[in-house]
Amino acid sequence: MAESHKQEYIIEARGLVKKFGFKTALRQVDLFLKKGDCLALFGPNGAGKTTLIQTMCSLMRPTAGKVVIAGFDTRYDSAALHQFIGVIAHDTFLYSDLTAAENLVFYGRMYNVSRLNEKIENLINLVGLSAYAHDQVQTFSRGMKQRLSVARAIIHDPAILFLDEPYTGLDQQGIEDLKQLLMKFRDQGKTIILTSHNLSRGLELCNRAAILNAGVLIYQEDIAKIKKDDFKQIYLKLTGEKTWPAQAPLPASSKNSRRSCGKISYPS
Amino acid sequence: MWKDFLSELRSKELVLSMCLFAFLVLIIFSFAFGTGLKSFKGIIPGILWVAFIFSGLLGLNRSFGVERDKGTLPGLLLCPVSPWEIFLAKMIGTLIFTVIMEIFTLLVFTILYNQNFLPFLLPLGLVILLGTLGFSIIGTIFSAMSSTTSTRDVMLSILVFPIYVPVIIAAVKATGLILDGTSIQTVYAWLKILVAFDLVFLLLAYLTFGFIMEE
Repeated sequence: MAESHKQEYIIEARGLVKKFGFKTALRQVDLFLKKGDCLALFGPNGAGKTTLIQTMCSLMRPTAGKVVIAGFDTRYDSAALHQFIGVIAHDTFLYSDLTAAENLVFYGRMYNVSRLNEKIENLINLVGLSAYAHDQVQTFSRGMKQRLSVARAIIHDPAILFLDEPYTGLDQQGIEDLKQLLMKFRDQGKTIILTSHNLSRGLELCNRAAILNAGVLIYQEDIAKIKKDDFKQIYLKLTGEKTWPAQAPLPASSKNSRRSCGKISYPS
Repeated sequence: MWKDFLSELRSKELVLSMCLFAFLVLIIFSFAFGTGLKSFKGIIPGILWVAFIFSGLLGLNRSFGVERDKGTLPGLLLCPVSPWEIFLAKMIGTLIFTVIMEIFTLLVFTILYNQNFLPFLLPLGLVILLGTLGFSIIGTIFSAMSSTTSTRDVMLSILVFPIYVPVIIAAVKATGLILDGTSIQTVYAWLKILVAFDLVFLLLAYLTFGFIMEE
């Protein structure tokens, strides 16, 4: 890992701007995460959540600003950076002609994973697909693909996870399994950025929350401190929902958050 | 590259469609010109390369197009490899699939037109390999560029053909000279053009492919 990885923030996004032609998707976004932080990123459709994730994991080049992850500038060191990040997105990035095991073999080789066969066996068991390891992915349901996508994303044991709506397409059991898995990653000290429309899942998992609207990061705070703020009102106003979801842990449930990071100071 | 071959082995879509298309091109030419024509020998290189290029285009369309269509390209780009390595893997894959189609085409040509290529196999193979290498290099670059457009198939042809013209001329001329039994020294000048073209575009791919893959 680069020398600068020893610095305070494992993820630094400064002044991020992303434009698609005349449309501005991200406007001066600043985001700083320490190692082990777990951020839930909320926002209405079209807020720029996916663009922010894609820009941060170097799939898109920012129009202005920069992202430094684990000491690597995403504009120049993307190949080295990719060893440290895992991404789960709407698309599963799986090859439908290949079997579940073959997909993992392919990605494992790309990441130069050692003891690959053993690792694949463990991962397939972990995501509950051991009975389907040698079935082609095109025969899988959306939920099974998403489970395999989780295995794909963590095959190289990344320190940082970007999760863009990871619960999409999963049944209740799948959601519960993935939730437990993500909590395990969180407890292992992995840094996680999760986008979700589901407040309860985001707040349950993470120790920080942020709201993105029209490309602007309008709110970010420790979940432990949310009670004092107007997170709920902002979110309800943006999404147009009339009531706070029953399952969502209201600010008082900050016991779910693993720890408080204390006052976050943002470097200028 | 391994997963491309495995995928192709299962679906057999690509090589089969390329070979079938090449076969149809040869059939159409055999009806159009007939094989009894006196000057037929002069148009053999043209027929061969038309079959190679048009059938090869089918393969190019799938090179990056399939990755985009199946949504796997971001997964590939997120791997800790440089764009240059992705380019090389895709280009070599295209080259091998195209060469398989070309071997099939030569066999069909031999049967349909009663033309024996065996005495010229080595020099002819070299010309075909160099010409196909150039085709694969340019094709992979433009396949990546055009894969984001909705009119991918048309765009790829429009982009590839004008740039590929020098290779077509050199390859057709060299093939004609080889089939005429001319000495290798005469062919050498055309081979140099093919090698130079391949090297220039390989260098261009090395310098630009990272930018092409960015968005």
